[in-house]
Amino acid sequence: MRETRPGLLTLFLSVFKISAFTFGGGYVIVPLMRRRFSEELKWVAPEEMMDMIAIGQSAPGPIAVNTSILLGYRLMGLKGALVSVLGTALPPLIVLTVVSMFYDAFRESAWVAALLNAMRAGVAAVIADVVWTLAGGVFRKRRALPVALMVAAFLAVWAFKVSVVLVLLACGLAGFLDAWLRARRGGKEGAA
Amino acid sequence: MSLLATLFVSFFQVGLFAFGGGLAALPLIREQVVVIHPWLTMGAFSDLVTIAEMTPGPIALNAATFVGNRVAGVPGALVATLGCITPSLIIVLLLARLYAAWRDKAAFQGVLAGLRPATVALIAAAGLSIFILAMFGEGGVSLAGLDWVSLACFALGLMALRIWKASPILVIFACGAVGAAVKLAFGI
Repeated sequence: MRETRPGLLTLFLSVFKISAFTFGGGYVIVPLMRRRFSEELKWVAPEEMMDMIAIGQSAPGPIAVNTSILLGYRLMGLKGALVSVLGTALPPLIVLTVVSMFYDAFRESAWVAALLNAMRAGVAAVIADVVWTLAGGVFRKRRALPVALMVAAFLAVWAFKVSVVLVLLACGLAGFLDAWLRARRGGKEGAA
Repeated sequence: MSLLATLFVSFFQVGLFAFGGGLAALPLIREQVVVIHPWLTMGAFSDLVTIAEMTPGPIALNAATFVGNRVAGVPGALVATLGCITPSLIIVLLLARLYAAWRDKAAFQGVLAGLRPATVALIAAAGLSIFILAMFGEGGVSLAGLDWVSLACFALGLMALRIWKASPILVIFACGAVGAAVKLAFGI
């Protein structure tokens, strides 16, 4: 099933590259990790990768750091977690150290400003692609609850500016109650 | 407490209490570096936010490195980053063990089944904010303010990703290079 065996060097280089070249923070980095580790390398099943992203978003701290720790730990234990977090943290250390040295020149360059501005369109396209794939997966389950939670969570965060913590708590609780009710009804089916 | 120890403790708190990723961390960072400690002025902090968002990598780590550098040079950057990561390492490794032990339990699967669609919604909301900023700039949504070059880059980029499975990093840089060249050449 796996195309290659998980190796520390590939893990390090993959997260390093994603962290070094991905603009827009954790919400953009994490989908790229999914693409790299579940689709390209096939080291983790897509469902399991989504679980890690969900846990990474629900825990405190930077989402990309959390997800890279979970991923590294799942693949190669504590050693994997440390290598993975190192790969994620090194690029910001290097890039921001250089940027803070040339801060004034960097801020006033018309070229840099135009480049960064235009790159936002590319970032938006990357996120649109990811959301397309992920939302498609939620719709394909053909269950009302996940779709309702997705739409409600989006409206809560986007339109009503509800805090992310509250949204995650409410959705986790709804999923828990759903599983509990279904277990009480005696169905042996696993929660979707 | 020495300066480096203080930096570590400040960013440890940021890492510990920032639920919802880097953007949620920014108010906590402001409190630590502008209000509690006299490390940055409010003007420098708003520059920090811009820089952390427009450089690659996790926003919270970008901010930690920038502040650490300003306060105590490269050792400061290392210490602030380490402080920001340490709570994650402890909490997330505990969660990873729970996940390994409980992943087959129906109740835990239920919680995850609720969190997964929320995760998609959060990514979509973050993406929509970036889309609007890319298409309309800071001026708000209006047809007159629509940036046609960015819209074309977005459409072509999305096509490249969906149809040809192009590399995301390549798409981002191609949009940046083409968009910037067109805008500077025609003075848009």
